[in-house]
Amino acid sequence: MDFDWQPVWLTLKLAGTTTVLLLIIGTPIAWWLARTHVWYKQALAAVVALPLVLPPTVLGFYLLIMLAPDGPVGQLTQAMGIGTLPFTFEGLVFASVLYSLPFVVQPLQNAFEALGPRPMEVASTLRASPWDRFITIVIPLARPGFLTAAVLCFAHTIGEFGVVLMIGGNIPGETKVLSVAIYDHVESLEYDQAHLLAAGMLAFSFLVLMTLYLVNGRYTRSHRP
Amino acid sequence: MSEIEVRISNQLGDFDLDVAFSVPAQGVTALFGSSGSGKTSVLRAIAGLERPSQGLVRINDEVWQDQRRFLPPHRRALGYVFQEASLFPHLSVRRNLEYGMRRVAEKARLIAFHDVVELLGIAGLLKRETHKLSGGERQRVAIARALLTSPRLMLMDEPLSALDHGAKQLILPYLESLHDELGIPSIYVSHDPNEVARLADRMVLLDQGKVIASGEAANLLTRLDLPLSGYGDASAFLEGTVSSHDNSYHLTWISLQGNRVAVPREDLPVGRHARVQIQARDVSLAIHAHSDTSILNILPARVIDTHDINPTQMLVRLELEDGQTLLSRITRRSAMGMGIHEGMMLYAQVKSVALLA
Repeated sequence: MDFDWQPVWLTLKLAGTTTVLLLIIGTPIAWWLARTHVWYKQALAAVVALPLVLPPTVLGFYLLIMLAPDGPVGQLTQAMGIGTLPFTFEGLVFASVLYSLPFVVQPLQNAFEALGPRPMEVASTLRASPWDRFITIVIPLARPGFLTAAVLCFAHTIGEFGVVLMIGGNIPGETKVLSVAIYDHVESLEYDQAHLLAAGMLAFSFLVLMTLYLVNGRYTRSHRP
Repeated sequence: MSEIEVRISNQLGDFDLDVAFSVPAQGVTALFGSSGSGKTSVLRAIAGLERPSQGLVRINDEVWQDQRRFLPPHRRALGYVFQEASLFPHLSVRRNLEYGMRRVAEKARLIAFHDVVELLGIAGLLKRETHKLSGGERQRVAIARALLTSPRLMLMDEPLSALDHGAKQLILPYLESLHDELGIPSIYVSHDPNEVARLADRMVLLDQGKVIASGEAANLLTRLDLPLSGYGDASAFLEGTVSSHDNSYHLTWISLQGNRVAVPREDLPVGRHARVQIQARDVSLAIHAHSDTSILNILPARVIDTHDINPTQMLVRLELEDGQTLLSRITRRSAMGMGIHEGMMLYAQVKSVALLA
């Protein structure tokens, strides 16, 4: 039996890229949500959480329309000379970033809120500037939050199906990720191939979550204030 | 201009903070008041942790805040000790201590790491994790951490309030030695008169966001028109020096310029400064100096003020020959029988004296 590894690598690449991008984008959003008290904060929090409740096909549908050559984002990307995003790997990354946003922002926001203002205040009386405080106090103390965010984002992106199908289609090496490949195999009655990929996903997901719980559990035990 | 000047006014909801005081930039100034009097808000504003709508904070010639500028806390040379030690849980004791020190230029470090560690008795804790320390140890590390930034002003927000009585008694001598040895001026927030009596030279008394009195601690603590002495356990605090030891009867004599009082024998060098506490309920009054009494400490005094504390008892404020004040709690009936009035000379019989430092 010839095993096709391409969907696996593609999936890992997509999940890895999305996770890195989202940690960069999600951290300031989560920090802002944890710190401000403006009246429209809850509205913004709701927008961030939308992908949690929206059917992936709905998100995929709107993204397709927006990214299409005559859609608003599509026209922008064409004007910038990157062409159009649907049915490309870059398009998948764009969609995944939106789709997994709450899985990064919410754990981070919870972690930042749990810290409270005190550690930052203490650090400021010890001459640490705002950036310095964020790097030396907030990041280490919110480490379990960052870890949870990264793992959830990675795992959630791997499990993506509806959005990928709507916006990426099924192009080998470009947009054919694991979940789509499994679907493909089942459709064409290649149950052996489907079994292999599905079992691999199951084992992988379990290992990831197990590691997360172990690491966070140990961290919390040794860092009780 | 060796002076700390603070003027803060701020409206927060229906709480109106309007505080102004200036104190010499030396020794300990207690910011005293009941909870909700605004003392912590004042301290936070001095540190720049709060930004009052109007404020002036000046330490000697260095302006931290006025109409035009507002230095953020990390640009102010201050040390802040919070009510809870608030050590960083992800750093060891040593790394906690070094956190602030490393952020101060080497040339600006006036206090050596080793000296602070010694002074606060934490040399044995350096390698420990912070969560393995007791409450008192944590607070000592927090004080050392603040000191290591070589601050020009120490701000302490009830650093002992989260500790039990035993831990408090253990840490007080460290705070006293800090005061004596480092010479960094500090502002100490407290609502405990005994703590203030032990540590503070001056006090600023706050009530509902306003300064109601400020001055020497020993004087304010005995003023009958202020709420401080209005409690049943009112005390007076006297300054003196160790004058001699009486080994056969196990006593130490403290001289109060012309007079002297006895306390249980303490191993202190003669000539050392001593602060004693005398509770109003341990002082009785007599018109004549009796020698036929068990009381050792008999001090001539003049009545300056009286104040009823309840229908039965009253406080009498007395001035000793050296100008220091003493409080006596007697029954109103005795006062009437003796004909106590302002300016009257009599003898205060002190049953018990506690040596504080």
